[in-house]
Amino acid sequence: MPMTIAEKILAAKSGNKHVEPGELVIADVDLVLANDITAPIAIKEFRAAGAKKVWDRTKIALVPDHFTPNKDIKSAEQAKMLRDFAHEQKLTHYYDQSDVGIEHALLPEQGVVVPGDLVIGADSHTCTYGALGAFATGVGSTDAAFAMMTGKAWFKIPQSIRFVYRGKLNKWVSSKDLILHTIGDIGVDGALYRAMEFTGPVIDKLSMDARMTMSNMAIEAGGKAGLMNPDETTLKYVKGRAEHKWKVFTSDPDAKYEKVIEYDCAKIEPVVSCPSLPENTKPASALKKVSVDQSVIGSCTNGRMEDLRIAAQLLKGRKINSRVRCLIFPGTREIYLQALKEGLIETFVKAGAIFSMPTCGPCLGGHMGILAKGEVAISTTNRNFVGRMGHTESSVYLASPAVAAASAILGRIGTPDELK
Amino acid sequence: MNLKGKVWKFGNDIDTDLIIPARYLNTSDPEELAKHCMEDADRTFAGKVGKGDIITAGKNFGCGSSREHAPVAIKAAGVSCVIAKDFARIFYRNSFNIGLPIFESEEASLKIEQGDTVEIDADKGVITNVTKKETYRVKPIPPFMQELVAAGGLINYGKKKFKIK
Repeated sequence: MPMTIAEKILAAKSGNKHVEPGELVIADVDLVLANDITAPIAIKEFRAAGAKKVWDRTKIALVPDHFTPNKDIKSAEQAKMLRDFAHEQKLTHYYDQSDVGIEHALLPEQGVVVPGDLVIGADSHTCTYGALGAFATGVGSTDAAFAMMTGKAWFKIPQSIRFVYRGKLNKWVSSKDLILHTIGDIGVDGALYRAMEFTGPVIDKLSMDARMTMSNMAIEAGGKAGLMNPDETTLKYVKGRAEHKWKVFTSDPDAKYEKVIEYDCAKIEPVVSCPSLPENTKPASALKKVSVDQSVIGSCTNGRMEDLRIAAQLLKGRKINSRVRCLIFPGTREIYLQALKEGLIETFVKAGAIFSMPTCGPCLGGHMGILAKGEVAISTTNRNFVGRMGHTESSVYLASPAVAAASAILGRIGTPDELK
Repeated sequence: MNLKGKVWKFGNDIDTDLIIPARYLNTSDPEELAKHCMEDADRTFAGKVGKGDIITAGKNFGCGSSREHAPVAIKAAGVSCVIAKDFARIFYRNSFNIGLPIFESEEASLKIEQGDTVEIDADKGVITNVTKKETYRVKPIPPFMQELVAAGGLINYGKKKFKIK
């Protein structure tokens, strides 16, 4: 019986030869992840259940990346809960400030997640690892606590939707534009409970950095996972960094999909998602009248090396508009160091940008870049909900690093083609 | 399970940032979270919601983040259940896992209005709008989810079924 990549991984991890959409399975997970917002509840649940020891101290990742460096006393207490628990349980994948990064940039980079893994994370953007050909999905703290105790999680086998991207990418169109375009097309619940599978010649040519940007935002269409079939690019990425053995699962050519949706990428321009839902997409060129107060480049969506290089390419020798605060956040320490070696940080600082530590801070209106009433941000992050980055009457426009960097220079939404 | 209460009605795509803004996620204390429940959708909600009241909404309720703080805040605010056309996947999971009753009903989501009093018979899968004298069908809860509810949430279910160290 043919299966999709999603079905194959869930079948293998639940000890089944075959699974069908709608079926409920209890499966063995390869990794459980939680952060400084979600782990405290999981730890409390773990203790309340009377558990003394985690199921496997090598398969739990705690990444305090949201309100760190600690933004206030309460956040410091939460981060301390993770630290104490990690030391008590001798967790091998606890990332303190000396080696922390934004979880979904960090774990693939460190080879903690590899193709064929089944990962649950108490963070909705856990779906990022779908780009590696892992089945990875966001859950809540109680699910994380349950898996920390048992190594297991329950899954309803999702139906799969296949997305096929063909045609030649236009100049300045990135994988961020492709995923924003897709969400604009199907809506924020267009893939509710579904596994999204991204395929086609355009995907085949994307780098791992670019692929992770797409899988990262599957949740913004309601998706349970955002999968890609591993290929040479994937294997080249995991070789040398994989911590454990990987297994390549790929969809059978005759696997069953609920829907197949095709896009001609030649028709896609740089896209911006307007407030206050990621589905409100418009071409960037149609938003030239929107002035911006802040431009954020970074996050688990677009804080990787390729993203910083594009921003630096545009900012080199130019100045950020005097009315704009441009905040740049690398995803991890390795990315930070690489940016340093390549001279990108100097470029950013000279252009007038603020270059910071890896943190989720501003993306969720946590800290390090909050918006005042009436202010407007353009951001490479993943959500533009009401009040997402600050005041409920502030607004967020989502875009690619190229558009966010160009807009920082222009002082309004615009594209790199407009730069002198 | 029977629930009865006054309705507070919300729209489509109510996201987790509206339910509990991230600026309050530096705590996981339910009482503290309850004070800010639905704050960015309705600033006065926490002050006026009564014990046993019911939230109704349109499609995709709870979309966005995985924060369990969202159903926790709703539950701790005294809300007895949420009725919506449908729920975002993680919110759906979290609600069952922590024991916040949620019901899917397109008809109820459309017809129930702000301030109506409704009664839910969860076993029969029927919502009665006491104010309007109407009844609506609830989408049946899958058997596994019923097992979770019967066990008292996921953790208790796990303690019965698996060996915990």
